[in-house]
Amino acid sequence: MMASSYNAKDENGHHPGSVDSSGPSAVKSKKSDNTDFKQQRLPAWQPILTAGTVLPAFFMIGLIFIPIGIGLFVTSNNIKEFEIDYTGVDMSSPCFNCSQNYSWNSTSACTCSVPFTLDQPFESNVFMYYGLSNFYQNHRRYVKSRDDSQLNGDKSSLQKPSKECEPYQTSDKKPIAPCGAIANSLFNDTLELFYIHPNGSRIAIHLGKTGIAWWTDKHVKFRNPGGNDNNLSVVFQNTSKPVNWRKHVYELDPTDPENNGFINEDFIVWMRTAALPTFRKLYRIIQKKKVNMTPTLPPGNYSLEVTYNYPVRSFDGRKRMILSTISWMGGKNPFLGIAYITVGSACFFLGVVLLIIHHKYGNRNNNTDIPN
Amino acid sequence: MFRKRPPPEEERRVRANDREYNEKFQYASNCIMTSKYNIITFLPVNLFEQFQEVANTYFLFLLILQLIPQISSLSWFTTIVPLVLVLSITAVKDATDDYFRHKSDNQVNNRQSQVLISGILQKEKWMNVRVGDIIKLENNQFVAADLLLLSSSEPHGLCYIETAELDGETNMKVRQSLSVTSELGDPNNLAQFDGEVVCEPPNNKLDRFCGTLYWKDCKYPLSNQNMLLRGCVLRNTESCYGLVIFAGPDTKLMQNSGCTKFKRTSIDRLMNTLVLWIFGFLVCMGVILAIGNAVWEKEVGSLFQSFLPWDPPVDNFLFSAFLSFWSYVIILNTVVPISLYVSVEVIRLGHSYFINWDRRMFCSHSNTAAEARTTTLNEELGQVEYIFSDKTGTLTQNIMTFNKCSINGHAYGEVIDILGSQQKRSQPLDFSAWNPLADRDFCFYDQSLLEAVMVGEPAVHEFFRVLSLCHTVMSEEKSEGELLYKAQSPDEGALVMAARNFGFVFRSRTPGTVTTQELGKEVTYTLLAILDFNNIRKRMSVIVRNPVGRIRLYCKGADTVLFERLHSCNQELTNITSDHLNEYAVDGLRTLAVAYRDLSEEQWEEWAEHYRGADKSTDCREDRLAAAYEEIEQDMMLLGATAIEDKLQEGVPETIAILSLANIKIWVLTGDKQETAVNIGYSCKMLTEDMTEIFIVNGHTVQSVREELRKARERMLESARTRDEGKEAEAQGWGGACALGNGFGGGGAANCMPDEAKCPPPQAPPSSLLESINGEFALIISGHSLAHALEADMEREFLETACACRAVICCRVTPLQKALVVELVKRRKKAVTLAIGDGANDVSMIKTAHIGVGISGQEGIQAVLSSDYSFSQFRFLQRLLLVHGRWSYLRMCRFLCYFFYKNFAFTMVHFWFGFFCGFSAQTVYDQYFITLYNIVYTSLPVLAMGIFDQDVPEQRSLEYPKLYEPGQLNLLFNKREFFICIAQGIYTSVVLFFIPYGVLSHATQSNGVPLADYQTFAVTTATALVIVVSVQIALDTGYWTAINHFFIWGSLGTYFTILFAMHSSILFNIFPKQFHFLGSAHNTLGQPVVWLTIALATIICIAPVLAFRFLKLDLKPQLSDTVRYTQLVRQKKRKPGGRAGHGVGGAGAAGGSALGRLGRGGSRRSGYAFAHQEGFGELITSGKNMRLSSLALATFASRHSSSWIDSLRKKKHASSSGAQNTLTTEDGSNVSSQTTLVSNSSSVIGPQGTTPWETRQPCNETGLTCSLDDISLNMVRCTEREAGGCSAGTVQETLFVWRGPGSRISGTSSPVPPPIAEETSSGD
Repeated sequence: MMASSYNAKDENGHHPGSVDSSGPSAVKSKKSDNTDFKQQRLPAWQPILTAGTVLPAFFMIGLIFIPIGIGLFVTSNNIKEFEIDYTGVDMSSPCFNCSQNYSWNSTSACTCSVPFTLDQPFESNVFMYYGLSNFYQNHRRYVKSRDDSQLNGDKSSLQKPSKECEPYQTSDKKPIAPCGAIANSLFNDTLELFYIHPNGSRIAIHLGKTGIAWWTDKHVKFRNPGGNDNNLSVVFQNTSKPVNWRKHVYELDPTDPENNGFINEDFIVWMRTAALPTFRKLYRIIQKKKVNMTPTLPPGNYSLEVTYNYPVRSFDGRKRMILSTISWMGGKNPFLGIAYITVGSACFFLGVVLLIIHHKYGNRNNNTDIPN
Repeated sequence: MFRKRPPPEEERRVRANDREYNEKFQYASNCIMTSKYNIITFLPVNLFEQFQEVANTYFLFLLILQLIPQISSLSWFTTIVPLVLVLSITAVKDATDDYFRHKSDNQVNNRQSQVLISGILQKEKWMNVRVGDIIKLENNQFVAADLLLLSSSEPHGLCYIETAELDGETNMKVRQSLSVTSELGDPNNLAQFDGEVVCEPPNNKLDRFCGTLYWKDCKYPLSNQNMLLRGCVLRNTESCYGLVIFAGPDTKLMQNSGCTKFKRTSIDRLMNTLVLWIFGFLVCMGVILAIGNAVWEKEVGSLFQSFLPWDPPVDNFLFSAFLSFWSYVIILNTVVPISLYVSVEVIRLGHSYFINWDRRMFCSHSNTAAEARTTTLNEELGQVEYIFSDKTGTLTQNIMTFNKCSINGHAYGEVIDILGSQQKRSQPLDFSAWNPLADRDFCFYDQSLLEAVMVGEPAVHEFFRVLSLCHTVMSEEKSEGELLYKAQSPDEGALVMAARNFGFVFRSRTPGTVTTQELGKEVTYTLLAILDFNNIRKRMSVIVRNPVGRIRLYCKGADTVLFERLHSCNQELTNITSDHLNEYAVDGLRTLAVAYRDLSEEQWEEWAEHYRGADKSTDCREDRLAAAYEEIEQDMMLLGATAIEDKLQEGVPETIAILSLANIKIWVLTGDKQETAVNIGYSCKMLTEDMTEIFIVNGHTVQSVREELRKARERMLESARTRDEGKEAEAQGWGGACALGNGFGGGGAANCMPDEAKCPPPQAPPSSLLESINGEFALIISGHSLAHALEADMEREFLETACACRAVICCRVTPLQKALVVELVKRRKKAVTLAIGDGANDVSMIKTAHIGVGISGQEGIQAVLSSDYSFSQFRFLQRLLLVHGRWSYLRMCRFLCYFFYKNFAFTMVHFWFGFFCGFSAQTVYDQYFITLYNIVYTSLPVLAMGIFDQDVPEQRSLEYPKLYEPGQLNLLFNKREFFICIAQGIYTSVVLFFIPYGVLSHATQSNGVPLADYQTFAVTTATALVIVVSVQIALDTGYWTAINHFFIWGSLGTYFTILFAMHSSILFNIFPKQFHFLGSAHNTLGQPVVWLTIALATIICIAPVLAFRFLKLDLKPQLSDTVRYTQLVRQKKRKPGGRAGHGVGGAGAAGGSALGRLGRGGSRRSGYAFAHQEGFGELITSGKNMRLSSLALATFASRHSSSWIDSLRKKKHASSSGAQNTLTTEDGSNVSSQTTLVSNSSSVIGPQGTTPWETRQPCNETGLTCSLDDISLNMVRCTEREAGGCSAGTVQETLFVWRGPGSRISGTSSPVPPPIAEETSSGD
């Protein structure tokens, strides 16, 4: 577009005859300063939408977007993703029984084993997610039902959780730690993965349970009361466990003090509420094998061992396990590529249409004769 | 303040000097209060007023809602901070306004007056004056209340007042006390006065008063002639005493001023309507979402209770839905942007400052700048359709100058021209060299006239002799050579002044003589008779006997009347003079013809007999006198004609021309006489020679007015029809049959109508035919006709007729009528009205109109005080409307469009999110983002646009007045535009929600962590929103100053800065509960996917808008677009090019045609308009008002050489000895009082006011050349322009070119004789 600055000429400037400039001016002139600002003639850029600027813009957008879209689409297609629903709604499903028998209070864990086959090898790091559907983690009452101060290790909040946590604020007259509906509904299925070797042996695949949460969450936002080194059972002794939990917060991962209590990464991941009712959360990371060139997950038969604790049937929810590889732009995401290609083409097309319209019907009278 | 109002008065009884008695009636005191609050009532009253605003109550209601925890979906501060901000800003503004009102009230209330209390004159404040008090007024004092004149220092209880503040007329009026009271004289007698006045209750009729004085068992009728009204100024009267009848709010001045109304702009009203609509929309959204919530809670929520139980009070889904409704009302409240009102105020304030700062609306003579006194009306200035203008002091300077004359067939004064003769103009003739009595302020430029006087041409001498003798002016001579004229009308003053400068000095008069000094020689004429002026005669004559004894009748009057009474031998001279008169008339000068007749002694005696008989007759005295006058005013010899310029303010015709090109209709409402008003109409080119017809409505009865209006309409329809027929004959394209039918049936008007109705365009349906006429008609209506026309059953007719005319002039209207006319147009036409005036008589009109403009720098400031805008020159109006108003409107409209757009885009995202979060009223964004979005992130760029935007530069908007039209038609912001904005906003919100939804629901970070968490989603959407609305404002901004750049980029910068700050660990560590978005910005904005999403959303939002705008611009460009484009093209190739020659050629042709037009003008004979009442001649001959003439004579005589004295003595013997008696009775004190009189009244009578030509001149020239220069820039690409010089030649050409296309205003500039034009351009 064209830059232009207009200079109004100083119309009334300092005419020798005018009273205020020639006279001895005992009276102070009320005439305001002759500045560009006050006289509204600041130099300015006055862009205009012309065929010369708009049409190239459309073509440019088209030309930029289409290649990006293609790139995204190809990348996304190269990502391998495997998803399996283990809710156990069908009679045939191995977890059918567990899903039927479930109650929060049952003491014995119900386990089921879901076999599946990978047709293609999964290279590099493989990420294991659990997915929930129809689970409203974004409900207003759910979202606000937490006490960030308590999760940050504030001792007074530990003893007296925020009112926002109601009705999961206290239990048996003791404060709940961690309080609130989000914490209370912590996803507590345990998923394990076994590779069924063609010779029939089951090889447990190592699932890394750290590095799945945001760094800021793990290191800043979530803190155990009184520091992470203390004996957690002492710190939490006057608190009650959330109603639905089987164990106390300090028993989440007794093996690793860096992953126990409030800084347990499974807990942190759960506490980062999802935006939409169907969501997935990172569960484990399968590191690629450094030694040999074999893929992280070679094609073949696998078995998913589920310790089935989490009830979703009541509200018609679904549970899934997802395995996925990753590229520079994240996981599989065909939408973005397609959207880019579509928008790019649309802009290009629009550019062509506008060009035609401009040539056929465009106002040629854009010259200097202006009707008055 | 809360005093109970007494019941309306039936009649008023006032007893002089008896406060106790008058106390009983509880009459209003003389204290005036226009302020609204005092310190105690301010807060409650102001808050109460503010909460009457729909929006404010709405926000208050929201605030209360948010206190309920189950409902509260936002933090309390998101609403309360802006609300408090809004309320306090408005309160501060109101308080300042009221403070100034208090101040001006106090100033008026504390003025001093002298009250007669128990026989002694005491100083009292105005506010303490009571009804029934007798107060003393001195010369040049304002009258404090409505008084009954009791006595005066002048003989016969006369006193003079100037009523300019009241009705705008500047000529003096005479008031006379009852003879019984005028004898009371001194304070002691007055203190004894105990008369009782019974009169009508307070009313607003300025020219009527009816009451009775009971005193000493006698009844004396009282009329308006005995009253001094508040607002008048006492002039030429040493002192007088009056009895207070009406005080304070009961005075006629206050009764006329109407009540103060809070003015709103139409945009304001539209805005309030829209806010209500949005509120309705909000409720709908709320209901939809609440229903959704009910369904969800029933289907899903109840099952989900194991994870998320209902809040304690909720026990079923319906109750939950009910709460959710209110929650959503809170969340979606941002569709009614709370910062809207603050921003609008800020923008208006900015525009007001620009008006105050505008140097081109600054008048250097009076050192006054334009002032926007109300800051809330600016954009309405861009929508004005009707301007109601006062005449005196607004269009005119109220200075009459003797401009040209034609003597014995020779025209003088012609050299004065706008362009031709700068040299000559800057040097007016110097009279003082040979004429010690000449007035220094008098300007005349034609040397030849002076030479003719010197040479002693008899006709010229006789001409000036008439001017010095035939008038009713009074003179005062304080000291030798210091003459002061008291003229009843400024015209007469100007004529006598002219004669004085040319050596025929009118010095003094007695009832029977007139003394002049003719070329240094003292001559005393015996005044035999004054044949006074009246409206029917339109002329006045005097019959005098000169010292030699010859009797002559001198006559001056309207040419039409006078020419009929000339001797037949004058035929040739009459023709020549007629031609001159026509020229003068075209220039809008007020003309008079001048003639004389020699009378023999016998003729005189014979006629005198007749005259005495007629004078003494009791029945039909008027008629018989007129007949007698008629008899003697025959066979006169024509001397010539005078042309007086009622000096217009600078640039008035040009301004009116430009404004009417901008489709603004201008009505002149004046208290002045019809002739004067019409004259001004011509001189400021409102009325032109080529108008088809000018209708004069002057009826006194309802029927006659109705009839006259009907006739006018018929004439208009007729002419429209004939014109249309002509048009159709030319353009056959429009359905031949139809045109044919019309063509043939053209004779019968009635037959034609159905045909026309059937016809598609170009004919409008008959009902609106009047509207479409737009022809060259003018309507002139007088005050008494207007009174009928404004009655409920006729106002429609009147309005239809008047609105079909191009010019409307209402004369002899009262202030209230002015207001009624404005009110009528305002109510019926639903158009924006602007009233402009300078006097107190315009106050009610100024207050009534949508916009009131006061002309400042004149005498009174009442108009300014009640106005919304004030400046000192009428011509600034074009700048106020076409530049500031237009810009304000444009900016405000763009601002509103964008504002509603951005808030809908912002808020509606919540609506879509509702479908995915169980209708739980969860917000999409962080609460801080919601709080800051309107206040910080998006407010400044749009404010900058609202304050600084310009579509076309200012010169262009003056050059193409048509650019003003969109405002009048309300095109830029109306309900349709609003819906477009809303639709765009909703579209944007859809994109902003569903694109991130589509992308993020599956996406993960490059480290495998899913992006679908709530906080990431919130940050992505918010960032996309901020970027999209920033791009949108960038598209909307047409004028990118550094400030716009700073604000737009700055807002984006601020957004990211605040985002990162809010999400930083530092803030989180301090307030872990408040900032739980810790790290979101970092984690989200580091992801390429997020940026790809934002880019995608931005393009999807903007591309359609861009395409749409481009198409609109390309296929259907607005005038402003074209102008803008042209500007751009011109800047690109700024070459003089070969078209200059062409331009000049065209200019020549156009100029030729313009000149041709001028030549054929002249069908009009200007009416003789003495602006004074009849009967003044009688006052003179009766000698009632004579006082100092003989004194002057004496002082004059004593100092002069013997020859003078001799001649004087001779004359004195000849004249009556009555004068000498008065001479001896005068004492010294009187003389001193006259000194003040002289000095004070100079501003009234001196034709040249306070600003001599020399100072006015340069400014005028500059203004003219500049405005023309701007035009030349566009119209003629001449090489001179490149050189930077603004040569006279260029101006000359452009003037013609400018005149060429605008055929409607082709007569606006003064005629430029071709020789001069050539001369100047070649000389350059």
